[in-house]
Amino acid sequence: MNTQTPPTTKPGTELKAQAKALSFYYGSFQALKNIDFPVEKNQVTALIGPSGCGKSTFLRCFNRMHDLYPNMRYEGEILLYPDGVNIVDRHVDPIEVRMRISMVFQKPNPFPKSIYENVAYGLRVRGVRNRSLIDEKVEEALRAAALWGEVRDRLDDLAFNLSGGQQQRLCIARALATDPEILLFDEPTSALDPIATAKIEELVSELKEKVTILIVTHNMQQAARVSAYTAFMYIGELIEFDDTKRIFTNPSSKLTEEYITGRFG
Amino acid sequence: MIPKSIGASTSETGVAELRRLIARHKMWDWLFGLLGTLALLFATLVFAALFGQMLINGGPHLSWDFFTSFPSRRAASAGILSAWVGTVLVMLVTALVAVPLGIGAGIYLEEYARKNLLTDIIEINVTNLAGVPSIIYGLLALGLFVYQFGLGQSIAAAGLTLALLILPVVIVATREAIRTIPQNIREGAYACGSSKWQVVSHHIIPYSLPGIMTGVIIGLARAIGETAPIITIGALTFIAFLPPSPFSSPDHLLSFEWLLAPFTVMPIQMFNWISRPEEAFQANAAAAGLVLLVMTLSMNALAIWIRYHFRKKIKW
Repeated sequence: MNTQTPPTTKPGTELKAQAKALSFYYGSFQALKNIDFPVEKNQVTALIGPSGCGKSTFLRCFNRMHDLYPNMRYEGEILLYPDGVNIVDRHVDPIEVRMRISMVFQKPNPFPKSIYENVAYGLRVRGVRNRSLIDEKVEEALRAAALWGEVRDRLDDLAFNLSGGQQQRLCIARALATDPEILLFDEPTSALDPIATAKIEELVSELKEKVTILIVTHNMQQAARVSAYTAFMYIGELIEFDDTKRIFTNPSSKLTEEYITGRFG
Repeated sequence: MIPKSIGASTSETGVAELRRLIARHKMWDWLFGLLGTLALLFATLVFAALFGQMLINGGPHLSWDFFTSFPSRRAASAGILSAWVGTVLVMLVTALVAVPLGIGAGIYLEEYARKNLLTDIIEINVTNLAGVPSIIYGLLALGLFVYQFGLGQSIAAAGLTLALLILPVVIVATREAIRTIPQNIREGAYACGSSKWQVVSHHIIPYSLPGIMTGVIIGLARAIGETAPIITIGALTFIAFLPPSPFSSPDHLLSFEWLLAPFTVMPIQMFNWISRPEEAFQANAAAAGLVLLVMTLSMNALAIWIRYHFRKKIKW
């Protein structure tokens, strides 16, 4: 709803990133329409909305995942602070963006390698050869992903031998090992059982101390539980962005209210 | 036909009718199972009969001397030394040329090339090449390798010819193997900041290698038995010397003289013996056939082993 003033975070807070008039096209189809969107530093921002509303498409702009596929186009900008580089600019290398912004996917996607190698992968890509540094980073990331206790004795086991929830935490550790500035979560618990989901949610809440988090979820309770801000998207537009409490108790848009009360979606 | 009682089949007749229906459906299972078994038996029996006959005819002739003797005018002392050495060397050239080219082409088509009309045409061409009769490759090679490139009737020319022949097989196997890698693994690797080459070398190649190796070995197993293109480029049918050893160079470097040496291969040696009138040479041909068959079968066995052994580690 572009008649409104661009959404903002609370006064006095620091931004980590900001989308300005961001549009995205698959061929001639406009999947994102002129989105203004702030991301507060060291907070969790949730994206909700019905299937096909563009929330994943929006998230995948932040690490230029769309660049892997042909016939797509970004318009507008996503500024990454403190340096203010526009990460969807054609002249900015997507690899540089992905090295600063990590992602955890919907379905756990560990590599068919050992647990250790999965976590160390980002470091290997960056050419880190120092074994003790890698050891240290792997342990740190596994601890941060609340997986260390379960795997410390079998780091050389294949990642596929872990349970689904453990695999997803492994993917979180993989994303954390390179100290990203932002961590993107694309419906990280949709393939997991409730217990594994609770663990991931708890983790997301803890991780914001270290890293700014953007999370797409189709589960409204999850957004309410983990996030400080929530954005509601609908057919490629950002309908409402606000403090999570306000979105769920007193939304300003009729559409948002209908969605969160379960009248559609 | 819907049984009258479906949905309300509490009655005795309803259940009986349902059972008759299921029995009728299952009859087709049984019938197809029978047909399949017969087809399989037929194929296996034909192969077993051929193998058995060769074993009976050629088996007694197999001996150490058979492997270490050159062909001779006397059937009893004739051996396959020059033929198996030739086959091994030609296969070496074939593999060294076809494997990197085929894998490279497959990776390029799957991971690098944009999907457009040109790649579509290339794709159709590659698939069609796999179906071109092998003698056509022989004719091409005769003009190109033997005369144009001046390689003559040599091991190099034969190796290149067979490499061309199995190139489509290797390319197709590579592409198929790469396609089984789920897209979310690629995305995961790119999301870690990998460049395209890092994704290819850290993930695509290792994960598709079992499939690629299987394709390569099946390609080589096909090449090892090829006769027509080798005859076309002019392999000798009777040869009583070995190519120069690669270690014969006086300055202790590997010598590549053998590449340009004349040669023969197993199937041609067999062909030569079969076309002779003497009964004894027929036995030689059977023995050589047995050796060739064992070579092919063990290559296929290796392919199967590689597939099972390495796939264990990869579950998608």
